[in-house]
Amino acid sequence: METQQNNTPNSSRRIAIDPITRVEGHGKITLLQDENNHITEARLHIVEFRGFEKFIQGRPYWEVSTFVQRLCGICPVSHHLAAAKAIDQLVGVDELTPTSLKLRQLLHFGQTLQSHALHFFHLSSPDLLFGFGSDVAKRNIVGVIEKYPDIAIKGVKLRKYGQQVIAAIAGKRVHGAAAIPGGMNKSLSKEERQALLADIADIKLWAREAVTMNEQIHVAHPEHHDFGRLNTSFLSLTGKNGELELYHGGLRAKSADGNTLFDHFDYRGYEEKIREEVRSWSYMKFPYFTEQGADNGWYRVGPLARVNNCDSISTPLAEEARLRFRAFAEGGFVQDTLAYHWARMIEALYCAESIELLLHDDDISGDDLVVTGEKRSEGVGVIEAPRGTLFHHYKIDEQGMIEKANLIVSTTSNNQAMNESVRSVANAYLDGNELTEGLLNHLEVAVRAYDPCLSCATHALGKMPLQIELVNTDGNLVDQLTKGSDGRIEHG
Amino acid sequence: MSKKIRIATTSLAGCFGCHMSFLDIDERIVELLEHVEFDRSPITDIKHCTDCDIGLVEGGLCNAENVHVLKEFRENCKILIAVGACAINGGVPAMRNHFTLKECLEEAYIHGVGVENPMIPNDVELPLLLSKVHPIHEVVHVDYYLPGCPPPADAFMKVLTDLLEGKEPSLPKEILHYD
Repeated sequence: METQQNNTPNSSRRIAIDPITRVEGHGKITLLQDENNHITEARLHIVEFRGFEKFIQGRPYWEVSTFVQRLCGICPVSHHLAAAKAIDQLVGVDELTPTSLKLRQLLHFGQTLQSHALHFFHLSSPDLLFGFGSDVAKRNIVGVIEKYPDIAIKGVKLRKYGQQVIAAIAGKRVHGAAAIPGGMNKSLSKEERQALLADIADIKLWAREAVTMNEQIHVAHPEHHDFGRLNTSFLSLTGKNGELELYHGGLRAKSADGNTLFDHFDYRGYEEKIREEVRSWSYMKFPYFTEQGADNGWYRVGPLARVNNCDSISTPLAEEARLRFRAFAEGGFVQDTLAYHWARMIEALYCAESIELLLHDDDISGDDLVVTGEKRSEGVGVIEAPRGTLFHHYKIDEQGMIEKANLIVSTTSNNQAMNESVRSVANAYLDGNELTEGLLNHLEVAVRAYDPCLSCATHALGKMPLQIELVNTDGNLVDQLTKGSDGRIEHG
Repeated sequence: MSKKIRIATTSLAGCFGCHMSFLDIDERIVELLEHVEFDRSPITDIKHCTDCDIGLVEGGLCNAENVHVLKEFRENCKILIAVGACAINGGVPAMRNHFTLKECLEEAYIHGVGVENPMIPNDVELPLLLSKVHPIHEVVHVDYYLPGCPPPADAFMKVLTDLLEGKEPSLPKEILHYD
């Protein structure tokens, strides 16, 4: 599979990494190189398509939150809740009971904790602990379990705990049932809360250790600071006082130099602020801020955006960590792409602290679960999923059947940024060099920082083969590497 | 213990939920790793299968590349297991079978909300989509079916433990779930 086959008849060299691993989803990268072996273009292609917006049409609205979670097995709760927020509006509900609101928040903290733990410990930690170009045979969670069993097991248990919170509320860990139109279907008993509280001290401790480890790794490696670094705008929800918020808030967008583009914006009007460009070479669209336009209006979402964008974090340990994080940039935003990991662990700590607070809150065991209202024809639900701002938008007909659906999935908002980071790393590390497996992994490291969920991103449940090709401006392929079954790289 | 059992895993047109459920064995992974090793899988950087004892396939088939990967698994794995609703029946992705592929593509890329530059992506880099989504047994022989959306972690452990012990895998009612 060569890129631009039509105009590259004399291709001489091609590189393929297929599939990209230790990410969720399916894509590939192509690189273009000019006569000075300078890389002029890098493309991350998302190669899978599902068709969700179409096939949901004609289904009853109350089914939606149950099966949209099948868009993604890693963040099913985020899809479940984004859809639930839209469905609340469809049934005329703008405010949940305190019990239901807190249950949903708790559920989502569990989701974010488990997803963040999975991403760092199971998927990305091998790069950071062993090195980007380290032995491919060991560069995985099994290698981490062997070499750093203490770190690995704490990571496994952090993820486990998030999953246990989800299971307690939703009945099972993956694709459970929790939210219903206007509320939740059950509360947590005091016994269930006590059982979860038994482990929370350890969870907070380990999350804090994970923050410290990520801070130390990032600060100690100057080469990490520039690795795939971009200077971008950020988009996230924030709370009423500008605090970090994962379940509900207004949209805040800030430019790279810290100027506010919009703030406390009611997300139901998102169509006014965000458009999505289609490009021929990817099934994943390219969102941008309408006002800034397609060329300049792209932005980043996710932990890096949220921790930069917010004015505070409501829990003390995470707030302390946030202040250290922001101090690293000496007044500006932390734009280092690899600092996504650090920000992600700050959020994991925020989740752990927030879970503890909610488990102590008796409202969680209340029995006032559902609010009803007057049916409406349109609803927009937005949530901060682990990977960033997630939009679900539905219109229904008089029978309550879905007429129109639109999703902007978190990873989609990072599409341009991932492409730019790949280009940056390709220029810095691959340009003019003999390409090795370890160097190719550098491109995967750049993509991994964003924790892409490309199955979500295609509204598809998928996989992400990453292929890389090096082509000069004449369209000639200048390098071709393939990764053998043992992970070794071969030219040709 | 003799040579470790070698396992390959992949997610085709699935959501990774089955892989997540497999990881829900939590710290039992340490014990499992005494007996098994991972070949091609989303959790390793091994890009293609070598000779494997067991292949776990999540997801159905929605494009030509899914078919290619499935065949690679069948050729290299002594035992192939269809894991979860999508691999077994097509699952949620197969809901698109009620519409034409063209309708689905047009909804996303032509008629979508806030779409700039409406067009259907058509680059040669993008694998050809199948007109319908198919379960994997329509293309290759499947040795075992592990049901669930996703199958519970205990079901993964039971099936692998049975196979490690050389027994025919079976699931007791408590862990035989279809939801």
